[in-house]
Order: sequence, then C-alpha cells, then structure tokens
Amino acid sequence: MITSSRDIMLLPTPFHSRVEAMCDMNDWGNWMGYTTPNAYFDVELEYFAIRSTTGVFDLSPMNKYRITGPDAEAYLNRMVTRNVSKLGINRVGYAVWCNDAGQVMDDGTIFRLGEQDFRLCSYQRADDWLAWCTLGFDVTITNESEDLAGLAVQGPTSCTILTLLGCTGLDQLKPFGIAHFTFEGAPMMVSRTGFTGDLGYEVWVAPAQAEALWDQLFEHGREYLIKPIGSYALDMARIEAGFIQAHVDFVPAEEVVRNGRTRSPFELGLEWLVDFSKPLFNGRSALLAEKAKGSRYRFAMLDIEGNKPAEHSFIMKGDKVVGTVTSAAWCPTVKSNIAYAQLEMPHGAVGDELVAEIYYQRELHWTRMLAPCRVIDGPLFNPKRRRQTPAPPF
Amino acid sequence: MNKYDAIVIGAGHNGLTNGAYLAKAGLKVAVLERNPYIGGATVSRELHKGWYYSNCSYVASLLRPEITRDLELPRHGLQVVPFGGGATFMQNGDHLGSYSDHDRHYREIARHSKRDANAYDRYVADTSRQTKLIRPYLLKTAPDPTSLKLRDLRDLIEFAKSFTSMGEEGLLDTIKFWTASVGDYLNEYFETDVLKAHLAGSGIIGTALGVYSPGTAYVLLHHYMGDVDGNVGAWGFARGGMGAVADALSKAFLSYGGEIICDANVDEIIVRGGEAKGVALKDGTEYHADIVVSNLDPKRTFLDIINPKDLPDDVIQKAQNFKIRGSSGKLNIALDGLPTFDGLDPRSKLMAGDLHFSDSLERQERAYDDWKNGTWSKDPYLDMMIPSLTDPTMAPPGKHMMSVFVQYAPPKVEGRDWTDEDKDGFEKSVIDQIAKYSPNFKDLILHCETRTPREIEAEVGLTEGNIFMGELTFDQLLFNRPFPGYAQYRGPIKGMYMCSSGTHPGGGVMAAPGANAAREILMDLKQPNTVPGGYADD
Repeated sequence: MITSSRDIMLLPTPFHSRVEAMCDMNDWGNWMGYTTPNAYFDVELEYFAIRSTTGVFDLSPMNKYRITGPDAEAYLNRMVTRNVSKLGINRVGYAVWCNDAGQVMDDGTIFRLGEQDFRLCSYQRADDWLAWCTLGFDVTITNESEDLAGLAVQGPTSCTILTLLGCTGLDQLKPFGIAHFTFEGAPMMVSRTGFTGDLGYEVWVAPAQAEALWDQLFEHGREYLIKPIGSYALDMARIEAGFIQAHVDFVPAEEVVRNGRTRSPFELGLEWLVDFSKPLFNGRSALLAEKAKGSRYRFAMLDIEGNKPAEHSFIMKGDKVVGTVTSAAWCPTVKSNIAYAQLEMPHGAVGDELVAEIYYQRELHWTRMLAPCRVIDGPLFNPKRRRQTPAPPF
Repeated sequence: MNKYDAIVIGAGHNGLTNGAYLAKAGLKVAVLERNPYIGGATVSRELHKGWYYSNCSYVASLLRPEITRDLELPRHGLQVVPFGGGATFMQNGDHLGSYSDHDRHYREIARHSKRDANAYDRYVADTSRQTKLIRPYLLKTAPDPTSLKLRDLRDLIEFAKSFTSMGEEGLLDTIKFWTASVGDYLNEYFETDVLKAHLAGSGIIGTALGVYSPGTAYVLLHHYMGDVDGNVGAWGFARGGMGAVADALSKAFLSYGGEIICDANVDEIIVRGGEAKGVALKDGTEYHADIVVSNLDPKRTFLDIINPKDLPDDVIQKAQNFKIRGSSGKLNIALDGLPTFDGLDPRSKLMAGDLHFSDSLERQERAYDDWKNGTWSKDPYLDMMIPSLTDPTMAPPGKHMMSVFVQYAPPKVEGRDWTDEDKDGFEKSVIDQIAKYSPNFKDLILHCETRTPREIEAEVGLTEGNIFMGELTFDQLLFNRPFPGYAQYRGPIKGMYMCSSGTHPGGGVMAAPGANAAREILMDLKQPNTVPGGYADD
C-alpha cells in the first residue's frame, strides 16, 4: 500500500501546541521519538525555576506499562531487584531490573495503583523484556505510553499551584505517595515524585486533557512564578540531586556489545535496591556471587575542587587511572563541582581522596588540570522541603 | 567571661565572614552588632506585613563562590537565584532590552543601531579582558608596591606579568580603564544614546561621580566582576532577600562556635601599651581580646571608635581625607500588583531584570549636576528591580515588591542636614519619574520605605550612606584601600585589623574583604589558614 502522507520523524507530544508556543529558544531535541524542547528561554533561569519557584517538564514520552492480574505483584517481584510486596497501594517505588547475569537493564518507577494493578515507568522501551518475563505468570501487560500525558511539576511553589488547580489536600501527600483527582471530568493522577531532588509532583492525565491541564496549570501558577523547563535544565537538577540516568551513567545491559561494559546494581551504588530475602528474581544468583566475590566497579559521587566541570574526565589515584566520569556539572544551588564516576575497586570509598584530570578549552586553547576530589556519601543538595509533610507553600 | 581570642565589630556580611574564618581556625570569636538585628547592609526586613524588603543592598553576584562553597552557605539556607532581562525605557516610548541570549541581544540593540549591535561584541571582549586582570586579586591581599616582603614582590611580579602580557594596546586600554570616565569609554564604542546610558549606569552606581567624571570606567568594571555560576557579570537575588546572606553566614559562624552579640554599641577600642586589648561599649560593658577587627568604614573606625591619642597623626589625617561621599538613596515599595510599563508586554521577561529610565548620558550627567548643587536629582538615575518576579518569598502571591536604587542623593542638602520635607521631595522625584512610564504605578503603592543618605547612615552606619564604604577610584583601590601603607588589613595598632568594604577589594556584597582579613590575622597568629584561594579565572 502506498500512502502519500508525510513521513514525520519526530512526533509531537500531547502538550506540543502549548510547548511550542512557549519555546522561545526554538531549541528542540529528540526524546524517545518525540519533539521535546532542550530549552524554552534560558537554561539557567529554567533550572532556577525548579529551585526557587516551579518548573514544568513534559514527560509524556516516558515509557509506561500497565501490569495487572492476579500475579502482578509476583511478576514484578521476579523482575525487579527490590521487594514490591512492601510497596503499599498508592505508593511509588524506584526500581532497577537486571538480566540473568545481574546486570542493570534499566531503572524506573513502579506505581502501585491496586492490589493487582501496577504501572511501570521506564526510561527504555521494555515491551520485549516485559513479555519475556510473563512466562508462568498470570498477568496482562499493556503499553500505555501513548495513552497518558504527563507533566513533572517541580519546585518550592509546586504544591501550592497544584492545590489551586484542584488537588485539594495535596500538601498532606507524603513523598512517593499517589493521589487521585478529577480534572475536566476525567481522572488525574498525581504522585509526589520527580527527577529534581526538590519538592515536586508528576501529574498524569489522558492526552485529551493535556492542553487544558497545561493551560490551567500556567494560569494558576502565574502568581507563583511557574516556568516551563527543557531537558538541559532538568539535567542540571538531576545531577545536583544525585540521580543516575540510563545511557549516561550506565548502558542498558541488553544493548551492550562489548564485554565488560555492563554494570550491576552494586556497581551503580544501588545496593539498597537489592533484596536477597526474595527467593527468586532475575539476576539473583549472579548478584549473590558478585556480593561474595566483590564487585569490579564502584559508583562514586565526587566533590571536585575548583569550578571546572569534570566532564569525561579520567579519575586518578596517584599516577594510575582508576576510573572515569559519567556525569559532571557545576551545581548552581550548592555552588559545588560535582561528578559521578565509575571507579575500579577498591577505590571510591566515602572519603577517598582522588584526582580528576580535567581538560577545558578557552578560545581554542586547551588546558589540562589536575583537580583534587573527594568521594562524598550523597548529594550535597538535599533541601528539607523535599521531605516535609505537609509540603511547604513556597 | 567577656574574654575572647578575637572581637569583630559589626555583624555585616564582612564581619560575619571574618568571624567565621577565625572561628573555623579554632579561635574564640565574638561579633558585636550595634543594631538588635544582624546583617548591616545585607538585611531583609518586613516593614509592611507580608512584604520583605532588601532594605540596602539588593542584588548578589559579587559574593565570592569560593566562600559560599567553603562555608557551606547553601546548607545554611542561602540560595542565590539569578534574574534575567532588564531594560532602559526611553522618553520616546521605546526601550532597550537586555537579553542573555547573544543573538537576541544583538537584534535588540540592532533595532537602535546595527553598528552598535556589532560593536557590542568588541566592547564585551575589551571589558572582559580588563576584569580578568583584576579578578584573580579579589581573594588575595593587594600587594604593596612599596614593600620588599617576599610575598608582595612575588604578587607584584605576577601582576606585572599579566599586565604586560596584555600587549601595548591592552596596556593602554587598562590605563584608560582605570582613569577614564565611563562616558568617554562608551563613546569609543557606541553611537546610540540609550545603549550608552544603559551601560553607563554601572559606572556611577554607588559613587559620587558623574558619567563624565574620570575614574567611573573602573566602577563599571567593578560591577562586571561578579559571577553567578560562572556567568561573569550575571546578577542574582538572594532568595528571601539579602538578609539570607547574613543569616547563612551567621549560621556558618555559629556552627564553628562563634558568638554574636546584638545591641552592642561599641564606644571605643581599648588600647594598652600600643596594643589592642578589646572594646568598651557605650553602656560600659567591656569585651577583651588581643585581636580586634573593625568592620566599620575607615572614617568610623579611625575617627569614631579609636582614641586619637592611640593613633599616628597620618592615619587620622588619611581617615579625615578618605573619600566616602554619599551619593545615593533607596526606595523599597510594596505594590498591590504588577506595574505595567509603556511599550512593554507585562509578561515580558525583560521585566524581571534591572529597569532604568535615563536614556542618555546627558540626562545622567544632569542628574549629577543636581548632586553637585547640593540637592537630590530632579530627574534621577534609577536602578529598579521587581525581585518578586523571581523570588516568590518577597511578597504575597500576585503582589510585588520593588527595590529602587536612586542616584543621586547628596549627604547634605544645600549644606544642611536632610529634613523630612527633603525626604518627601526626594521620594516624589523618584515616584514621579517611574509614573511617567508606568500609568498604574502610583495606584499600586501600598507602602514605601524611603532612605536618603541620612537614614542609611543612621540605621546601617555607613558614613554619608556611601554603599561601598569609600569611593572606588584608583586612589582608593588595591594597595591604596583604605590608605597607602594600611592596605593589608592591619591597622596602625598591634592586634587591630580592618575587614570592611573600605578595604581591598572594596564594596558590594563580596565577603572578600572579611575573608582576606581573616587570612592575614591567622598568618600573624601563626595559625593554619582557613580561607580558600580563588578559583583560576579562565
């Protein structure tokens, strides 16, 4: 069959008409096949909207899967490393899942909507793996990616704005909690989650409500200085807050071509997500073996002297290269120079003093700099408002 | 026990910084403050319920990031949030906006002159070259050219090297920059009145000089030296107002075991046998320490709180002749809504930045003429901000707070003290100017705090209300600040030090003088240094 329609490469998200109208920079990127703004008006000011007012990020391209059925909990427990049974209804849990070799395939969030009803948000497309894992389980997997439009609404005034939008009592919602509301006569789900390390929420509606949601959100948010934010600003916030990202800080295990380039949860600093009390989950025996034998690598968060971001730097102990940087940024709120590094064991214990080999260019002149750095035990940005319940008004 | 290792007089940002670094080194330190609240000129106060004013200083960019990071000020609650935008409104109804995006900014200037829009790049490069010469010295003690001490010689050689490496043209530029007027400097680049006026504002803010007075080009540089997150010259607000800077510094200071004593009005530094031994308050209380640091301006330090008998004559004379002339005032206004300005969409991002109404150097110079004539400017130069467009904590939702820095206001009106009528007249000239461009402005005013040099001096203790604690002209900068021979934070009395903006590198909320002074004190005490070095400026 020959069709004459235009073969569009990047799709619009359900918010596109509104996003486009506000994208003064006209600077677009490709996220999961969708046209998404890198920046709306000023990356730095967008970043600071997250930290001082409210930033709105269109996360519709996120992969979303509905997992239902009598075995839904058991199925997820088999797939991910953490214990899903401990996740209450209307609670969200961060999770990673591994292949049989105990290597991380992806990370994401699990929303428990009911006893036998879950939603998985993953960075990667997971249809194939989710289908493989159903063997022997009475579950139904539905790809809902195109059925749900989502906005991350993040920042100190976010609770106030969403409350004005109709989310009555939202300030009582605890971190990782889920609340259900009605918007324009249709369901709207709000979770106190995000990728910014700040007070913030994610709001999900059907695509039909997307434009109205955007319009009303910005209408109610105007006096609370709401701003749209693009992917560059979000990336600054996520590094400052200590979140890793697939394809940046690790390569999804099933996409790796070269030997040894995959990472286990232990090697990504995610040991806390591995629950060996579960009798069986994908990668369990490999991870048990790794635990006994020791890991190859350690994920380390570095506080680096000076103000030059250690992008793609080698990390050294004395003269020896012991690792490389995966994410690096000058963090504008904590005024610190942060990097995540993959270090060969036994390097990278908290307090370890290392050196980052930083290259930077000014006016075509390259400078090599050896910056002392120290392994820290967590993100330096960790504001009270992120955890407070009731959530503060600004 | 009123016995300390060190006493710092004045809980402004430099006093608190100085105290924090001394306490961090393990010293027992007290910071004394005359007012019942800390902050000095870095203060936020709720004078109208629900509205917070940054009563004095109103923007933060010069605050050294090295200090912010080292004292963990963000952990102690400090969040500096940059603002974008800015505009100069013109008498013909047009305006010149300021954009962070290079090419958008080009297009904006090009509306007025394509040639100027293009020349702007050359202007930025030349100006940046000059800031690069100075910036490495912000967190260093200014080398003394008359000294033969190894450190001075080393720093002087380093300075001479970077100076000569600029080449002949660069050198001439530098000399011009340090001596020229901002007006003459800008005339070499631009033809458009409004662009020159927009840029010239930075050359006169806080100084009793006009756009055509020699030395103002440097003042422009001083305003360009700051950075918010590596964007050299970018400006930001402290979330919660400038008091957040003092609050965070005080928490850092307290975390190192320091003590802050408010309502402590120092009468005199106690000197025995030529050595500082403590301070006596006006109420008779005494605090003893072998280190006494004054965060007051040089005039107040040497003419008010030290007995002249304890000072060399030359210091008294230098203090008397120190240039610290009042030149500015401030209006802090609570607004019932967002004012609109002719020719600008109220949702324009330009609104969030610095707004001005002087569209020519000529008008700016005439404003200065009024100052010389002993009165406030009838057509003043305003540096106006609406911080509540960036910081939601400054005013209730939908309401706004406006900060209006006003130039010029003389320390005395026609030779006599300011009266309340004068203050009203000053306030009126400012409000009338804004109202000329903003039709709804007057109706929105709920409360207005007006501060002439009289109020600034009385409440904050800045002599003549001079915001920089002394003119930023070459004769009072680097090794000349505050006076030649006393530019390395040491006073003429053993154990007595200075850490105010009246010392190198000068005014603006930098915290560098406080930190630099602490480094010198620790060196004299043979204690390990706790003060961080500056970042490489590249």
